[in-house]
Amino acid sequence: MAAASLSGFFRMADTRRLTRRNVIRGAAAVAAAALARPSLAQGAARVAVIGGGFGGAACARALRRLDSKLQVTLVEPNKVFTACPFSNEVIAGLRELSEQQFSYDKVAADGITFAAQAATKVDAQARTVGLADGTTLSYDRLVLAPGIELRFDALSGYDEAASTKMPHAWNAGEQTLLLRRQLEAMDDGGLVVIAVPAAPMRCPPAPYERASLIAHYLKAKKPKSKILLLDAKDAYSQQKLFEKAWQDLYPGMIERIGLSQGGRVTSANPATNEIVTDFGNYTAAVANVIPPQRAGRIAAIAGATDHTGWCPINAGTFESKLVPNIHVIGDACLGGGIPKSASAASAQGKACALTITKLLAGEVPAPPVLEGVCYSALAPDYALSQGGVYQPKGDIFVQEWAIGGLDNSAELPSEAKAKAAKTWFHTITEDAFG
Amino acid sequence: MPSALINVPAKAKRGDIIEIKTLMSHIMETGYRHTASGDVVPRDIITSFTCRFNGAEIFRADLYPAIAANPFLTFFTTVTESGKFEFEWIGDKGFSETASASITVE
Repeated sequence: MAAASLSGFFRMADTRRLTRRNVIRGAAAVAAAALARPSLAQGAARVAVIGGGFGGAACARALRRLDSKLQVTLVEPNKVFTACPFSNEVIAGLRELSEQQFSYDKVAADGITFAAQAATKVDAQARTVGLADGTTLSYDRLVLAPGIELRFDALSGYDEAASTKMPHAWNAGEQTLLLRRQLEAMDDGGLVVIAVPAAPMRCPPAPYERASLIAHYLKAKKPKSKILLLDAKDAYSQQKLFEKAWQDLYPGMIERIGLSQGGRVTSANPATNEIVTDFGNYTAAVANVIPPQRAGRIAAIAGATDHTGWCPINAGTFESKLVPNIHVIGDACLGGGIPKSASAASAQGKACALTITKLLAGEVPAPPVLEGVCYSALAPDYALSQGGVYQPKGDIFVQEWAIGGLDNSAELPSEAKAKAAKTWFHTITEDAFG
Repeated sequence: MPSALINVPAKAKRGDIIEIKTLMSHIMETGYRHTASGDVVPRDIITSFTCRFNGAEIFRADLYPAIAANPFLTFFTTVTESGKFEFEWIGDKGFSETASASITVE
């Protein structure tokens, strides 16, 4: 490849007046040819990152740290990021939403171009991203980190308008506050219903953490109230530990109907606050409907999603299996054994940055080793944790070993784990936004 | 503990197409698995499901080891008169469960 382009350079020099400009272009073409990246002829490689969450922000920053010459653009319409981890504490009145919010000022200060716009189009052939204001961004490598899109077509009656009455609170922000206000306004003795979708979903233990913290609030303020989880799953991670904690801390307050007891929600009616499963009808005082999810919309626009609604990737490089020169990280990718979490997204973002710099340099990237950790609060200052180390195996990540992944004593809830969770949150947000 | 879940509309208009949903809790052990010591875990599945309306069979399904635990069967029928749906699940190891639900047709 390099030799072919080298001869191309000489042909060009032969047939054109040898200007300084031509020589530079030719020389760049040689460098580019070595990488099979003709568009590098413009100079430094350009990497665009769509999505400024834990994955995208960590990736953009790591790219600049690894190679300060890279032109990195972060495309994100929100000027303020609102973090999901710890947002269940906001719902329960234990924390303010402002503590969840981070600006992109420090990201921009790293020399990353911050495009405060939505990406509306991806042309994988031309390697361009269309932005909402009509401008176009060219890239050599594109990272998609769009997170999730809530499927407002999955549950009959539950569309975006319905979510203003029956909040999902599955993207942190106004929805988080709406659910909190509804709980605060609820009479004592009310029924809080939480609808939980089947896997895969963002942050699998979060519905159970949410039930725990809402129970904590209700026990103190509205002790006659109850929480009902309607779950499209039969089993979930750390189930025994959650159930034990509910028995100890909130006896009789939390009931769960799993899939094989008819817990799968099929429709919701915002006019009556009714939630319907295959086998029952429930009228909620407060209805928290978490709908099924898929990869953020731009992933589908880019052609990176398959029939599952998620993005299949080569787990060794995060490259899309469907479109060239596009990497997918975070919640949007089919991560196999790695749960969709902030921690996983951040780890993938950093590993993907390293992979991209290697690929741009024409080197073979080493397979990533990812660490994921997940804390679930059962009460203020009392939490569970689990984690694992994951490595690629074909298209998915496989858990190499677990950190407290089994129902053993290392996994028991504690105050220390709640403290560790706070440190973790500080670290991961500093990493991405600090 | 086997338990049946049934969803039949309580009321319908004559000639309406209605959906019936059923779920039977069952392990559906395939018979292809082995224990740590190498013994075959004996097959234990539901083999047959039947729905009768006022005594006449309207739906039947044969089940095989590939079907997952807790079989969830849903089907449609047209109702012409008020009456009673009777459901029956039969399986290995003498498994036999029944359930019923009534419908009023207006």
